[in-house]
Order: sequence, then structure tokens, then C-alpha cells
Amino acid sequence: MTLLVTAFAAVICTALWYKNAPESKMQLGVLCWLFWGASLMWLVDAIFEYRELGAEYFTPSPEDLLNDLFLGLSVVALGLIIWIIVLLIRDPRGVLKAKLYKK
Amino acid sequence: MACFLVSAAEAAVVTVTAKIIEKKEKKEIAHTGVVEAHKIPFSRKLRWLSNLQWGGSALLAFEHLWHGEIVPWAPFLTEMSDKAATGEMLHEMATVGVCMAALTTAVWLGMLAVSAILEKRARAEALASESGV
Repeated sequence: MTLLVTAFAAVICTALWYKNAPESKMQLGVLCWLFWGASLMWLVDAIFEYRELGAEYFTPSPEDLLNDLFLGLSVVALGLIIWIIVLLIRDPRGVLKAKLYKK
Repeated sequence: MACFLVSAAEAAVVTVTAKIIEKKEKKEIAHTGVVEAHKIPFSRKLRWLSNLQWGGSALLAFEHLWHGEIVPWAPFLTEMSDKAATGEMLHEMATVGVCMAALTTAVWLGMLAVSAILEKRARAEALASESGV
């Protein structure tokens, strides 16, 4: 479930990045790297787990499913927080600079 | 357990390598004064790999924190508390961790192949428009 949530986030962010390319004023590339990196790594984790559990891997208990969903959403929230920090630090549109130097 | 550490270590090495190569590329441009318009610098391509691995490692570190496998105090990894668990952790790093690093590197190699094709196409188009074909 965590892999699924992260993979959806990665696809949505990539589509948004593509829509705005070649401009990157919202730094959406940061989100793409974060979510694709995590999705690839969790894919490996899922393959190893599948090798261990077999078909049982696809029928998790409701409790595990809920916990993994909660984790997936928390991961997306963390990714968004990292992105907003990077966006504000890089400030590609100069909004913060304009605010700070405004008399 | 600590599988993300393998990718994080690779990311650190790649980041340092990218910095060194970037310096060399800048020196070369300053020396020759030639900038190839249809070529992405290799340091930038290396940054794609480090971004992918740092991003994945950061989110996986959070997952490990969630499951109580890493803690904010020494020795940071809960599996380091006894020898049997440490052995298990090292085994996981050697299998799952190495596969994670290998997959992200393989995806990056795929990206390099695609960008090489695109660069080649852009160069051919530029040549064609220059010669007026």
C-alpha cells in the first residue's frame, strides 16, 4: 500500500512537472526525484516480500493495510514538506527576496 | 532494517564525484571557451542519480523511523543492540539494500540512454537546419 501511494504520487508529480516544463518555477522536479526514488526502493522491498510470502503478499490483513496506507500518506506529506522547504530556500520566483527587501 | 543506507552511501559518493566533475567541466569551458549546445554535462547527469537516491533514502529513512528500526539516539539502529540482529541487518543490507541501489542505478542508466538518443537527434536537427536541408 505504501508503494502504491508513493507510485501514484510520483506519476501525478511527473505529469504536473511535464505540463510546466521547461519552466521549473515550482521546483516540481524535487517531488519527482523524491517519490520515484522511494517507489523504486519500495518496489525492491515488495519483490523480496513477495518471494517470501507468495500470493499472501496481495491479501494483507485490514489492520496492515490501514497501517501501510497511513504510512504512505505520511510519506507523501513528508515529501511535500521537503519540497516546500526547498522551494522557499531556492525561491525561483524571488517572492521571498522581494518580501524581505521590501521597505 | 537499514537497507536504505546502501543507497545513501552510493548517493554520497555520486554527489562528491559530480562536484569534482563539475569543477573539471567548468575549467575546461574556461580554458577552451567552447560550450556544446546540444550536450548535457555529465555532472548534471550524475546529479540525476544522486537526486533519485537521496530522495528515496530520505523517505525510506522515515519508514524505518516509523517501524522503530532507527532511533534518534546512539547507536541509531535498533538492530545494533545484539549480535544476531546485527548479522540479520547486514544480510538485509547486502541483499535488499544492494538491489535497491542497483535498480536505481539501472533506471539512471536507462535515462542516460534516452538522453543520449535525444542529444543525438537534437544535434542532427541543428546540423540539418544549419545546412538548410
